[in-house]
Amino acid sequence: MIRVVLPAHLRDLANVGREVTLETAGPATQRSVIDALEATYPMLKGTIRDPLTQKRRAFVRFFACEEDLSHESPDVPLPEEVSTGKEPFFVVGAMAGG
Amino acid sequence: MSGVRVLVGTRKGAFVLSADGKRESWDVAGPYFAGWEIYHLKASPAEPNRIYASQTSGWFGQVVQRSDDGGLSWQPVGNQFQYEGVPGTHQWYDGTPHPWEFARVWHLEPSVTDPDTVYAGVEDAALFRSQDGGESWQELAGLRGHGSGSSWQPGAGGMCLHTIILDPIDAARITIAISAAGVFRSDDAGETWRPANKGLRSGAIPDDDAEVGHCVHHIAMHRSRPGVLYMQKHWDVMRSDDGAESWTEVSGNLPTDFGFAIDVHAHEPETVYVVPITSDSEHFPPEGKLRVYRSRSGGNEWEPLTKGLPQANCYVNVYRDAMAVDSLESCGVYFGTTGGQVYASSDAGDNWAPIVRDLPSVLSVEVQTLP
Repeated sequence: MIRVVLPAHLRDLANVGREVTLETAGPATQRSVIDALEATYPMLKGTIRDPLTQKRRAFVRFFACEEDLSHESPDVPLPEEVSTGKEPFFVVGAMAGG
Repeated sequence: MSGVRVLVGTRKGAFVLSADGKRESWDVAGPYFAGWEIYHLKASPAEPNRIYASQTSGWFGQVVQRSDDGGLSWQPVGNQFQYEGVPGTHQWYDGTPHPWEFARVWHLEPSVTDPDTVYAGVEDAALFRSQDGGESWQELAGLRGHGSGSSWQPGAGGMCLHTIILDPIDAARITIAISAAGVFRSDDAGETWRPANKGLRSGAIPDDDAEVGHCVHHIAMHRSRPGVLYMQKHWDVMRSDDGAESWTEVSGNLPTDFGFAIDVHAHEPETVYVVPITSDSEHFPPEGKLRVYRSRSGGNEWEPLTKGLPQANCYVNVYRDAMAVDSLESCGVYFGTTGGQVYASSDAGDNWAPIVRDLPSVLSVEVQTLP
């Protein structure tokens, strides 16, 4: 079980609370987690990754275990603490503006 | 009793303002989609409870929402806007080629007859159409592909297709406008397009009467007379009597002919409204006085409308899609400001009062007249 924490805008869009839980198909990676998230909540398609290129949106960040994983390859396995549900995977709207 | 529903898009959500036909007491609902930029909401003329909304975010991209109950509830629909074929390039601000990239939907124009058909004007400029209630979108690629697309350049707000005029009599005719490319017209339901900028003169481009490159801000049409169009350009208020084949200037005695919004009285096709803005660098009313100007002669002769509007220290702007009219017997006129006020007049502009004063910056205002 993967725990995913969503930013407020996406919680409202998906009509969910702060944290959702998911099962991934295969090893837990950024790609498999977002795939599972979009499959469960189709309204989130295109809001985290560009719907055509599948690249992470520029102002979206992925954090876990106090690390910024945003620039990791989307197919690198996530930390064990995330794949076991001990720690959540954070989808974050990057700080921007003054 | 008949009533009105005012659909307001703002920088931080959507609001629905409702009143009966007297338009004296208002119910304010919202914010819907709080925190998101709502560029535009518009209802289907064929099914008034079907409303489409463009919800966007610099962080999370584009969402299109649809309501089938007059705005009480909403559901996200399709948000994939894929340019047809190899998108190619347009010009960037510095004149270099820049790849076409989808940014957001500026304007949604539902079909006059089919609630499931809706057009989307997007940035970078292109026209999309959905025929399944917004679930999927297909580009009408003949617009970008007609020949001049590679020379289009963005205006200060981005290279947006912001105006879509559907001819209520000739269903095959569509007129659109792009900042800063100009007006284009199709006579075959969007398959093929040609520029329609004859008569426009723009000092900010090398060839001031070029076929394309004009920064058209908005176009308005009266439903009973679709061949007559009124335009607020970057500078100049213009008029066409031949469906955009040619344009003539009707700025007349306006204090400044810069502005964004323009609309036409619901029952008087020669009565036109604009909100003059000081200049392209000073996006606020001249002298800090918020004045709507009305022409009852189709342009050239304009009168200021000031009763109920602030006449000192007012430095707001009124964006291109932020003015609309209702079609009650005494025509109502509405506009929203960057200061978050939505003003209404229930007597064709003679007297004004704010419906709300403190919304987020208003991006768009549309009005439905309900039975």
